[in-house]
Amino acid sequence: MLNGAWTMRLRELPWLIILTIVALGSFGLVVLYSAAGGSLQPWALKQGIRFAVLLVAMLALAQVRLSFWLRWAYVIYGAVLVSLLAVEVLGRIGGGSQRWLDLGLIQLQPSEFMKLAIILALARYYHNLPRPFVTTLGGLWLPLVLIGLPAALVLIQPDLGTALAIGFGGVAMMFLAGVRLWLFGAAAAVMAAVMPVAWGFLHAYQKKRVLIFLDPASDPLGAGYHITQSKIAIGSGGLFGKGFLQGTQSHLDYLPELHTDFIFATMAEEWGLLGGLFIIVAFGIILTWAIGVALSARAQFARLMAMGLAWTLFFYLAINMMMVMGLAPVVGIPLPLVSYGGSAMLTVLMLLGIVMGVSRQRRDDMLAR
Amino acid sequence: MSPNTAAGSEQQFSRRAVLLGGTMGAVALTLAGRMTWLSILEGDKYRVASESNRVSLRMIPPRRGWIVDRSGKPLALNRPDYRLELIPESIADLDTTLAAVQRVLPLSEDEIARIRSDVARQPKYMPVEIAHGLDWNTFAAINVNLSEQPGLQPLRGYSRVYPGGEAFSHLLGYVGAPTPEQFQKTRDPLLIFPGFKLGKDGIERTEDAGLRGKAGARRVEVSARGRIIRELGTRSDIPGNTLKLTIDRDLQDYAARRLGDNSASVVVMDCATGDVLCMVSMPGYDPNIFSTRVTKAVWEALQTNDHHPLVNKSAQGLYPPGSTFKMMTALTILQAGIAPTASCQCSGAYRLGNNTWHCWSKKGHGHVDMHTAIPKSCDVFFYTFGRQVGIEAIAATARKFGLGQKFELPLPGQSAGLVPDQAWKQRRYKKPWGIGETLNTAIGQGYLIVNPLQLAVMAARLGSGNAVEPRLIADAPRVPPPKLDISDEHLAIVRKGMFDVVNGGGTGARSQLQVDGIQMAGKTGSAQVRRISTGERSHGVIKQERLPWQYRDHGLFVAFAPADVPQYAVSVVLEHGAHGTNAAPIARDVLTYLFEPERALRTLEPIEAALAEARRKAAAATATSVASGTTPVGANADAAAGVSD
Repeated sequence: MLNGAWTMRLRELPWLIILTIVALGSFGLVVLYSAAGGSLQPWALKQGIRFAVLLVAMLALAQVRLSFWLRWAYVIYGAVLVSLLAVEVLGRIGGGSQRWLDLGLIQLQPSEFMKLAIILALARYYHNLPRPFVTTLGGLWLPLVLIGLPAALVLIQPDLGTALAIGFGGVAMMFLAGVRLWLFGAAAAVMAAVMPVAWGFLHAYQKKRVLIFLDPASDPLGAGYHITQSKIAIGSGGLFGKGFLQGTQSHLDYLPELHTDFIFATMAEEWGLLGGLFIIVAFGIILTWAIGVALSARAQFARLMAMGLAWTLFFYLAINMMMVMGLAPVVGIPLPLVSYGGSAMLTVLMLLGIVMGVSRQRRDDMLAR
Repeated sequence: MSPNTAAGSEQQFSRRAVLLGGTMGAVALTLAGRMTWLSILEGDKYRVASESNRVSLRMIPPRRGWIVDRSGKPLALNRPDYRLELIPESIADLDTTLAAVQRVLPLSEDEIARIRSDVARQPKYMPVEIAHGLDWNTFAAINVNLSEQPGLQPLRGYSRVYPGGEAFSHLLGYVGAPTPEQFQKTRDPLLIFPGFKLGKDGIERTEDAGLRGKAGARRVEVSARGRIIRELGTRSDIPGNTLKLTIDRDLQDYAARRLGDNSASVVVMDCATGDVLCMVSMPGYDPNIFSTRVTKAVWEALQTNDHHPLVNKSAQGLYPPGSTFKMMTALTILQAGIAPTASCQCSGAYRLGNNTWHCWSKKGHGHVDMHTAIPKSCDVFFYTFGRQVGIEAIAATARKFGLGQKFELPLPGQSAGLVPDQAWKQRRYKKPWGIGETLNTAIGQGYLIVNPLQLAVMAARLGSGNAVEPRLIADAPRVPPPKLDISDEHLAIVRKGMFDVVNGGGTGARSQLQVDGIQMAGKTGSAQVRRISTGERSHGVIKQERLPWQYRDHGLFVAFAPADVPQYAVSVVLEHGAHGTNAAPIARDVLTYLFEPERALRTLEPIEAALAEARRKAAAATATSVASGTTPVGANADAAAGVSD
């Protein structure tokens, strides 16, 4: 009986998507192996173990009932917000800018979890909110606080990339929940107006990154070096790449952060345009599936959550790839599933696990409870 | 369709979700397009950029050409040298870099101060030497420990070696690092290659282009930190050409030893070809030290030395030729048609108007004609007949013999000297020429100034009768020099006079060659460096030996040998050597060396023993005179011998 239920559960899983995830993760391991000069150490092996463990965690998370997420959404959000505050305070006391809690195999960054928590909390908020209230002042202030608080906390860490991810995730949720379009227009106008003021609050290195993004040639040996070398790595790969273990930009240390933020460039140098298209198409398959899940989900909470999470994943991908191709400033965002690092992988696999859960329970209208 | 119903809400969500999905698709297409653009359309550009990142062209500096003497003996060559250089623009921080160096190679305070001042003084792209002449173990340790330090370049280069040392310093010059100005002028990257040196003086400087060679290149794969991963290909350097000089290394060496501590010059020429066999100016400096780094103390000592070791006296020193000029006056007199038997009475003085011109012999020479005037070096004879022929004719003869001109020689500094005439006087002083000035010129004094090289050319032309041109580089044989516009008969008379100077009881009688069957013909000369007042003359001129060194006359001697078939010509200038008779023995010994080296070397033994003794005494005198503050008179071996006429 139990066996029967489990096999049914297993059969219900979106295996094509799991296969795609495994393909991406494995490709990442291959790239990490090459980036280390043809060695499992120091990255590929550790990342492989991590990936295997977290893959199981993702499947487990897919089994969680939607009602659980609904019930605990605010609590989770609150807990993450508190730990975000705690890291900030501890970091201040410690005298550094510590962003993480060390848990051995993974260094937990509360700001990573916030990317998911904000989606959960807003999905929960809009699940019960009657439609007419969505665009009223009474319906707007809470979401804005929910978004603004963690975004501000992360921004002062300072981690512009994650703050943007939280902000855009939240705004996407408001958009999906049906907030009137003119409000977004007005908000964009206000943003444009306060931009010069916000500019003053940016750290010097952040300003520099933006300026260098606008003109990388202005600082070819300094920070613009990253963008330039990354473009050279991608461009020199051509259609088929230089071949496995044949990358020179990566192996001769011209490429900075070759195993984390710039892993796409490391990959593109050896695997060429085809390797790049593989990654884009693979993520395309995953995102298309996630959007499909959101569109077919019955409950408002389920579809908001699925779509919001899809958007969060997309935001990761888009910013990272635009950065390495010289279309966005250098912000420290890794490429999910491919880059070396536990936090991002944990976040993304959790995210996909939750979407899988939605997929399994998309017929549930969640009104019975 | 109202958004306020559940169905409406779902529809609105779907619309907006599709909109977001569309945005994602658009971004995905943008990314794919961007990547296609980078890797396909601009791929070539980035492939080139990647290659130029990966492959670095490392210059191989050319090995400098050797300089050899006429028989191929090396005068300047290269020795492998392990060195460590620093390129300021590539280092992160000087303090940390020096600290890293110190862990492997201890540096003294002075060296660090020198490195710091070099780094501060020079443009950032000019390499600064940290150390040279490292032994293999240290060099290996540096390579292992410092290769990843940016801006530090351990390299195996060559250092220039001059086996002849001091004796060749002025002739060859030395090499040194290029100046920032030199780099800015040519923009030749070789000039900022660490350890590269170019000619700074002498032949090293004038013949630098040929000696330098062409740099080669090495294609290497380098990491971003500049570490060489592997070699991809090499185009070897083209070493500089070997430069063969006309100099005879052993002769030059001998002449330098013979001069000892004197401030002097010896130039030896081949009368037939003009080959300069020896051009030595003493004292010199050690070009081996100059080619690495001269300490301030050494530099100051050289600059303040009253024997002027930094000046090439052979080519740059200017001296009144004194009596060595009398052959010019004699030839002019003969050319003017005055018979060689024409004579005058020398009473020891010659009166012109209210002034008296003295002969060097106070009591006079009595009856003097052309045949006796040169051996006796009678001033009155040359006053008398020099006045008759006039300054223009004398100057013309002097110029025929190479005085007052520069020669085509690879020497960075060559003085022209001066053969005065009426036009010059007018131009220079806006005054007409005076007869008294003709008298002075006739005996090689007055405005007349020459350098030792010109005197050697004069001797070679007197010996050969040809317009011999001096040459230092033994390249293609030259066309035989044209005959001088001087009659052989007159030349023979003057040569006979020079023969008698040495062999007929003349002023050089003590300097006959001791070589069987070979005689030397020459002429002594003294050039006054102080004015003798009338008062002093009435009391008796102070003996040269009693004067302080710097007030003594310069001693000059020109000669050629063998006297019958002149083969070699020589000029010796002994600064403050009191008299030409002190210069003559040097010429004798140097010429002897050409015919019988063993005999000449035997002569050297007592002289070098005396020199060692004099140096010992001088050192002792310095030790005792430190308190009194007097400078000991330099050990002047020949002057100290006390030869007088």
